[in-house]
Amino acid sequence: MTEEAAPPLELRGISKSFGGVAALRDVDFVLRRGEIHGLVGENGAGKSTLMKIIAGLHGQYDGRMAIDGRPVHFRSPREALAAGIGMVHQELSVVPDLSVAENVYLGQQPTKGGIVDWRAMMDGARRHLASLGIDVDPGARMGSLAIGLQQLIELARVLFSGARIVILDEPTSALSPPEVQRLFEVLRGVRASGRSIVFISHFLDDVLAISDTVTIFRNGRLIATEAAGTIDKGWLIQRMIGRGHEELEGSYTGAIALYSKPDAPVVLDVRGLAAGRAFADVSLDVRAGEVLGIYGYMGCGLIELARTLFGKLRADAGTMSIGGKVLRPRSTAEACRAGIAFVPESRRSMLFHTEPVYKNMSISVLGRIGRLLLRPSVEKDIARRHVQSLSIRPPTVETLLGSLSGGNQQKVALAKWLTWPPKVLVLSEPTRGMDVGAKEDVVRIVKGLREQGMGVVVLSTEPETVLSLADRIVVMKKGRIVHEFAGRTVSKDQLLEAA
Amino acid sequence: MTAMRVFLRNQMRIIAPFATLIVLVAFFCLTSGSFASLDNAANILTQISVTGIIAVGLTFVILCAEIDLSVAAIANVTGIAVAYFTLQEGYVNIANVPLPGFAAIILALIGCFMLGLVNAAGITLIGIPSFIMTLAMMQIGAGISALLVRGQIAYAVPDLVSLLGAGRVAGIPCLVLVAAAFLLAGHLVLTYTRFGRYVYMVGGNREAAEYAGVNVKLVLGAVIVISAMCSGVAGMLGVAHFGSAQQNEFDGYLLDAIAAVVVGGTSLFGGRGGIGNTIIGLLILGVLNNGLDHIQIDSFLKILIRGLILLAALIINVYVQKVRESA
Ligand SMILES: Nc1ncnc2c1ncn2[C@@H]1O[C@H](COP(=O)(O)OP(=O)(O)OP(=O)(O)O)[C@@H](O)[C@H]1O
Ligand SMILES: [Mg+2]
Repeated sequence: MTEEAAPPLELRGISKSFGGVAALRDVDFVLRRGEIHGLVGENGAGKSTLMKIIAGLHGQYDGRMAIDGRPVHFRSPREALAAGIGMVHQELSVVPDLSVAENVYLGQQPTKGGIVDWRAMMDGARRHLASLGIDVDPGARMGSLAIGLQQLIELARVLFSGARIVILDEPTSALSPPEVQRLFEVLRGVRASGRSIVFISHFLDDVLAISDTVTIFRNGRLIATEAAGTIDKGWLIQRMIGRGHEELEGSYTGAIALYSKPDAPVVLDVRGLAAGRAFADVSLDVRAGEVLGIYGYMGCGLIELARTLFGKLRADAGTMSIGGKVLRPRSTAEACRAGIAFVPESRRSMLFHTEPVYKNMSISVLGRIGRLLLRPSVEKDIARRHVQSLSIRPPTVETLLGSLSGGNQQKVALAKWLTWPPKVLVLSEPTRGMDVGAKEDVVRIVKGLREQGMGVVVLSTEPETVLSLADRIVVMKKGRIVHEFAGRTVSKDQLLEAA
Repeated sequence: MTAMRVFLRNQMRIIAPFATLIVLVAFFCLTSGSFASLDNAANILTQISVTGIIAVGLTFVILCAEIDLSVAAIANVTGIAVAYFTLQEGYVNIANVPLPGFAAIILALIGCFMLGLVNAAGITLIGIPSFIMTLAMMQIGAGISALLVRGQIAYAVPDLVSLLGAGRVAGIPCLVLVAAAFLLAGHLVLTYTRFGRYVYMVGGNREAAEYAGVNVKLVLGAVIVISAMCSGVAGMLGVAHFGSAQQNEFDGYLLDAIAAVVVGGTSLFGGRGGIGNTIIGLLILGVLNNGLDHIQIDSFLKILIRGLILLAALIINVYVQKVRESA
């Protein structure tokens, strides 16, 4: 082949540091035509940073980049897009109030005599979506569609804007298994058309299933690049972390034995709880020292249920009691006082990005550290303890939260409740965006809390998360509890089937 | 080297307004013979004191990403109220209710506290945006003032108020000392207390504060009441300082107080800034207002110039902060 000489994207000797801390060190990365290139690595390994350099979001770096053999240096996403590079970020950037077609054509609507040519836009969008195998009405309002579909449409927009290289940063973390399969089909189609894809994920099974080539990052360095067919999960984990963790990942695939604790006192008792159209008639109880897993697909009411338990949303009906005391929290402060703690799934809404790590951790326990006055030295001591026990990186408590990688931010969010354990801890998607090692840390932490007699509720759309944490599992579907697994073994397949 | 640059970048929020202040002072020193004197410095401090007391409360509010447009109106009501409860000279034609001095002061303070509480209830319990709620309160305040004085002017205020507003100790105007005490107290509360931390966190990310179990409504209500109380004190001392209590006396102070907080570098989006910034903003405003009187230009042009300089200061702040964030 003659075109072998110039790959679509080639990076040589890329280094990038933030305020003296190296995020990438001397990385060589080559993306070939028509390949899906998986990118894996621990939290903070530098995956997103490299992709942001390619997509023009970080203009300052050392090293060289070439597109089709032509040297380039992007200083803005616009320049990168013009050169054919598109990125789908983890947080969706679609416009929920516009139609599907408008989202596909965002910024480049076809016009006829100065006004938008609606018919051309609808037809064009329908054709384009159909060519990707996405079957959706182009006139539908974006916000009314399932998250997975919105993500596909965002991908369609990036492709439609002429991107020949598409970067997907953790695209599957919010998708249900069938949605993941649909995404993969679309990606295979894109690959067949000769375009190249970079696929970042912490779901190693997904990466191995879809990728042609896999690259592993550790600590800002590129450790290895291998053909996906020649490697397996254990090998990947070993390279990612530098030690063996096969038994951990292995435990997700087999059947899990569930334990119930019928003798322990009930710490959270919920009867017939309902909120709007989100969920209805939810009854459950959690005993001290027990982890209750709640599993369901995206949009089944999990998110709303968690918020209602914590007093962020109001329940329309039903009762709730905590440690025997009946209450229906009207504010999060009230829920907190009653002994419930909550870690939501969205990092943006639970953390202070422009504040240092220690303030993020101390915020929910300030009243216990000092009633009137702040005691920063105590705050920092506490934070240091958490940073160490959760191995948060970088290991300093003064770092601004916004400069931490996604997974490390998630750990900070969990840490803020660990100083003075509550009676009931509600965790929504506690391992989203975390690498294998960090997930293991979460399992370890939750087990530790359980030993202390805390009641834990874990809500997740990832079966692995629920299976690895829960003693008892209920399954939610369309706002109702449809099944309960207790006192026996359960496998991933059974769980998926029940949802 | 990099550490130094990081440090400087972090301090930009205070350095940029400070540089603006230095440039203004240098400019007026060079262009006017009478500007640079100890007496004039004392003048400037006295001129910014009433604004300063109002600005303390407003800093709390703006740090929470809210706004209080009723500060001047509440100052006016409170100033008029304290005069209303004081025995006036015979020629003052107001049907007032003379009380002992301390009772007049306490009633006036209760009055502004209640107005603040109404603001707080509207914003937190009913959910009216602070911009709208305090806009309404601005009218209500003006209405109460009008009813109390009915177009007349009152002069007498309790002794304590006239001492603090118009007296001097050791040659220093008490008003300046009171303003300094308020600024200091505001700074201590914001920096060293739990409440102060909550103010910054609620302003930085309200949702996250709520998820951390912070009683966001209580914090918002408290800052609104603090703002009303500061305005009330400023209003009473202002009446003593001006020597009279009348309708619309404080109208200019709303914009001045907001300008002082924002020009000083506190973000209107909340979470960043503080009393240090407000002090610099106050000085910028004071130097500008005072300095323009010391140079020979068309007095109608001065208003425009003042506006343009404030705009320039704001542009510098915004620009500098953008540089900080993108680097
Ligand atoms: N804007 C920034 N300022 C300072 N440091 C940063 C910034 N962005 C990233 N970093 C640091 O660079 C390192 C790499 O972060 P990056 O986001 O690339 O990790 P990642 O591999 O994507 O991790 P994750 O899987 O957790 O998303 C981390 O140590 C992070 O703290
Ligand atoms: Mg990342």
